[in-house]
Amino acid sequence: MSDFLKLDLLGASIALKNKEISSVELTNAYLNAIEKTSSLGAYLDVQADYALEMANRSDKKIQQGTAGPLEGIPIGVKDMFCTKNIKTTASSKILENFYPTYESTVTQNLWNDGAVMLGKLSCDEFAMGSSNETAAKGNVINPWSKTNPMSPGGSSGGSAAAVAARSALAATGTDTGGSIRQPAAFCGITGLKPTYGRCSRWGIVAFSSSLDQAGPLTRTVSDAALMLNSMAGYDVKDSTSANISMPDLMTYLDNSIKGKKIGIPKEYTQDGISQDIMKFYESSISWLKDSGAEIVPVSLPHTKYALPVYYIIAPAEASSNLARYDGVRYGVRNEAATLDEMYELTRGNGFGDEVKRRIMIGTYVLSSGYYDAYYLKAQKVRRLIKEDFENVFKNVDYLLTPSTPTTAFELGQKQDPLTMYLNDIFTVPASLAGVPGISIPVGLDNSGLPVGVQLIANSFDEPGLINVARTLEKCADFNLIPDGAAK
Amino acid sequence: MTETLNLKPGQIKGTSGIWEMVIGLEIHAQISSKSKLFSGASASFGSDANSSVSLVDAAMPGMLPVINKFCVEQAVKTGLALNAKINNISVFDRKNYFYADLPQGYQISQFTKPIVGEGEIIIDLDSENQTVVGIERLHLEQDAGKSLHDQHPTKSFIDLNRTGVALMEIVSKPDIRSPQEAGAYVKKIRSILRYIGACDGNMEEGSLRADCNVSVRRPGDEFGTRCEIKNLNSIRFIIQAIQSEAERQVDIIESGGKINQETRLFDTSTGETRSMRSKEDAHDYRYFPDPDLLPLEFSNEWVAEIKETLPELPDSLKKRLIKDFGITPYDASVLVEEKDYTDFYIKAANGVDGKLTANWMITELFGALKKENLTLENSPVSPENLGKLVGLISKGVISGKIAKDVFSEMMISKKSPEDIVKEKGLEQVSDDKEILKLIDKVILENQEKVKDYLGGKDKLFGFFVGQVMKLSQGKANPGLVNKLLKENLK
Repeated sequence: MSDFLKLDLLGASIALKNKEISSVELTNAYLNAIEKTSSLGAYLDVQADYALEMANRSDKKIQQGTAGPLEGIPIGVKDMFCTKNIKTTASSKILENFYPTYESTVTQNLWNDGAVMLGKLSCDEFAMGSSNETAAKGNVINPWSKTNPMSPGGSSGGSAAAVAARSALAATGTDTGGSIRQPAAFCGITGLKPTYGRCSRWGIVAFSSSLDQAGPLTRTVSDAALMLNSMAGYDVKDSTSANISMPDLMTYLDNSIKGKKIGIPKEYTQDGISQDIMKFYESSISWLKDSGAEIVPVSLPHTKYALPVYYIIAPAEASSNLARYDGVRYGVRNEAATLDEMYELTRGNGFGDEVKRRIMIGTYVLSSGYYDAYYLKAQKVRRLIKEDFENVFKNVDYLLTPSTPTTAFELGQKQDPLTMYLNDIFTVPASLAGVPGISIPVGLDNSGLPVGVQLIANSFDEPGLINVARTLEKCADFNLIPDGAAK
Repeated sequence: MTETLNLKPGQIKGTSGIWEMVIGLEIHAQISSKSKLFSGASASFGSDANSSVSLVDAAMPGMLPVINKFCVEQAVKTGLALNAKINNISVFDRKNYFYADLPQGYQISQFTKPIVGEGEIIIDLDSENQTVVGIERLHLEQDAGKSLHDQHPTKSFIDLNRTGVALMEIVSKPDIRSPQEAGAYVKKIRSILRYIGACDGNMEEGSLRADCNVSVRRPGDEFGTRCEIKNLNSIRFIIQAIQSEAERQVDIIESGGKINQETRLFDTSTGETRSMRSKEDAHDYRYFPDPDLLPLEFSNEWVAEIKETLPELPDSLKKRLIKDFGITPYDASVLVEEKDYTDFYIKAANGVDGKLTANWMITELFGALKKENLTLENSPVSPENLGKLVGLISKGVISGKIAKDVFSEMMISKKSPEDIVKEKGLEQVSDDKEILKLIDKVILENQEKVKDYLGGKDKLFGFFVGQVMKLSQGKANPGLVNKLLKENLK
C-alpha cells in the first residue's frame, strides 16, 4: 500500500496513464490512509463509495484513452466549496445540515478533468482563523506534531494536514489573507494562492468577496501547477473572474531563472520573526542567487498597514456575506416566537465566537458615523498597498519573503485574537493587492517543524511564479514526511 | 388680506396663515425585463409562489450576482428620456438589513454613484400651464420578496418570486408644490417609461409605485421637516396621501408641535397616513460597494448608440400634433399620455379634421371605453372607422347628433360608420325642399305659437327647430333648418 502513497500527484498521474496502477487501487490506498490518520481530524466527511465510483469511471476512461489531465487522482475538498448533494458546512454549526444542489465551478472543473473526490476537509469556520481551531467540529492536528498536538494552521488546516499526512494526493483550499499559504508552511507542503480572479468564486461559500481566492495545496510545485491548470478559468457566473487565459503551467516549470530579478522587501524581516525562519529565508536567497537570479533589496512602504486594513475590509464584507445565514431558507433554524428572536437564537447558536467577533467588527466599521474613518480609509490604504506592489514589480520580477513569522504553534496556545491575527502578517499584503503567492517548504526548524518561504509574482504571472518556486524547491530539496503521516 | 384670498394649488390655509407644500417623489419602476436584475429567473408577474426563484435569488451559499445587460440599457434609455446625465461609471452597493423576505440580508442598489444623474422633465398642470420638475438621480436596484402574514395563524409565508426583480428608482428634486403636480409628474414619468418600453407602468400590479416626501413651510421659507409616505400604487392615492399628510403637518405645527422625521403609511380606508417607523428606529443600512460586482462602465459611443434607439418622446410628439393637426395643447397632451393613444389618433385623423377627431376620441371614444371597461387596445371602434365617422360629419352627411347614435352602434357592432348610416338610412337631409316640407307642416300645426313668436316671443324659435328636427328623426341638417325657419317665420 505505502508505495501508492509515495507517489506524488504528477508521479501517480504518470503511473495511471501508463496503467501501472489503477485509480481504484490508488483511491483505496488513500481511503485506507484516511482511516489510519483519522485522529488528525482533517476530514469532516469521507465519501468512500462515491470516491470508488469515480475511480472506477476514471479507470474506464484511462482504458478508453479518454483520460483527463487529473484522471483518477484522489483529492480532498475544503468544506468551503459547495459540492452537489454532499454536505457542505464551511465548518460551521449553522450549516451542519446543508446539502447544496449545485457544484462549485472550481470543483466541477476538477471533476471534469478526472479528479476523484475523497471527501470534505475541515477548516476554520467560514475560513475565519489561522489555526483551524474555530472549526465547529473540533481541532485538526498537524501531522508534524511532536509531544503536544500542534495546529496545522488555517484556515485550510484540514487541507494542509491531509496532504502532509498523505491522506489526499492534493487538496483544494481558499485563501483570503493567507489561508492556503500559512497552513502549507505549517505542514511542510506547497500552497498556491492564484491571482484574484484566476479561479471562479462561484459556489464557494463567501467570506470576503474581494479577497477570497481558491487554490491548491499539494506536495510539490509541479503538483500545484497541475491542480491549478484544472481549477483556473474564466467563469461568466463570477463577475470578478478574469477573462485572461492561463497557459499550461507545466511547460514553465523547468525554465531557467537566470537574470530574473528577485526583490527582497525590507519590511518582511521585522523583529519577532524566528531565527530558524530567518536562517532558511537567507538560504533561500542564496539558492536563488546561485540559480542565476539577481537579488534586489526593495521596499513596500505600506506593508505595516496591511494587517489593520485587512481586519477592516475582510470583516466588513463578511458581516454582509454572512447575513444570509438567517435560519429562513436553509441551514439550522432555532424556532422562536418572533422573527427577531429567531434570528438572534439561530445566529447566536449557529456561529462560533471568531465568526461573531468578525461580524461585529464588520458591522461596526460599516456603520454610519464610522464608515469613513474605518472602511473608506482602509480602502484608500488598500489602494496604496496595491500601488506598492505595482511599483516594485516595475523593478523586479518576483518577491521572496518568509511565509510566516513562526513555525506551527501548539493547539490552544494563542488565545488572544490579535496574536493570532499576526500569523498572517506576511501573507495578507499579497491578498490585498490581489497578486499570486506560493509558499513552499524549505526545511525544518530546531524543533523539527517545517519552515516555508513565500514567492510573490505580479498579477497573472502564475507561469513565472511556478518556475521560480520549482527552482527554489529543487535547491531546498525538502522531502521529509511527518511522523503523523500514513505509512 | 381678505378672506377671499386665492389659494394656489397645494397651499393650505391654516389658522395662522398660508402654508405651502414641498414634495419630492421616489418612483420605483419595474423594468420590463424577462429575467431579474442579477439572475436568470423569470421576472413575470402572477406565477405560483416561489416558482421563479433561482439559487442566486434564494441567496444560497456561494451564489454570485451577474448583471442583466438589458436592464442596464433600459436604465440608460430612461435617463436619456429624462434629459439626464448618464454616469459613465456607476457602482452597485449593498444596503444591509435583515428581513425574512430579503434572502441575501442586503439589497443590491446604487448609493453614492448611481447610473443616471441630474435631469428634468416638463409636466402639464392644466391646458395652459407647464412646470419643470428636476430629477435628482436614477439608480438600479433589486426588489425584495413578499411576506404573507395572513395565510396561517402563527406563521408567516415568504414568496421570493419578486426577489431580485429589476427596479429603477427615479428620485425627483423637491420641486413639486401640490398633490396635483405630484400626480401630473407621476403620469408624465409613467408615460415616458411606457413610450420607451422600459416599464409597463402597471400600477395595479405594482410595476410602478411611489414614495412621497412631504413637508410644509411658509411660502418662501426654508424647507420644513419631511415625512416619507411609502409605497403608493395609484395616482389617486398619491394625491390623497399628500393632501392629508400636509394637512396633518399643518395641524401639528399650528398647535405648537414639531414634525418628527419618519416613515409613514397611507391607509386607503381612512384616507390618512399613519406612522410606520420613526427616524430613531430607522435602519443603519451600512451601504458599501458590492465586492461581487464590477463598476458599470460605459463609453460615450455606447450611450450615443442607445440614444439612437429612443423613439419620439411625448414632448416632441405633442408639439408635432399641435403643428400638424391644429389641435389644442390640452388635447395634444392627453393624446400623448400613452403611445397607443398617439398612434390611434394619428391613424384616425389621417385626411380628416384633426380637431374634430381629437374631440371625438377624447370625449366620446375614451368615455365609451371607460364605461365598457375597455382599453384602447381592444377598442371595438378602429382608428380608421373613427376617422370615417369624423369625415361623415365634416362632409355634412350626418349631423353631430346622429353621429353619436352611429358611434354607439359602432361600439356594439364594430361596423364601419358608412355601413351603419346606409343600413339605417341616417344620411342627413340637406335638401331645401325636403326641409321646407317639414317646416310647412310644423307651422301649420302650431299656429298659436307662430303668432306668439311673431308677436315678439323670440325664444320660441328653439321650439320650432326642435319640432322640425323631431319630424326629420334627427336627420335634417340643423344649420339648414335654422336658416330656412328664419326665412319662413316672417
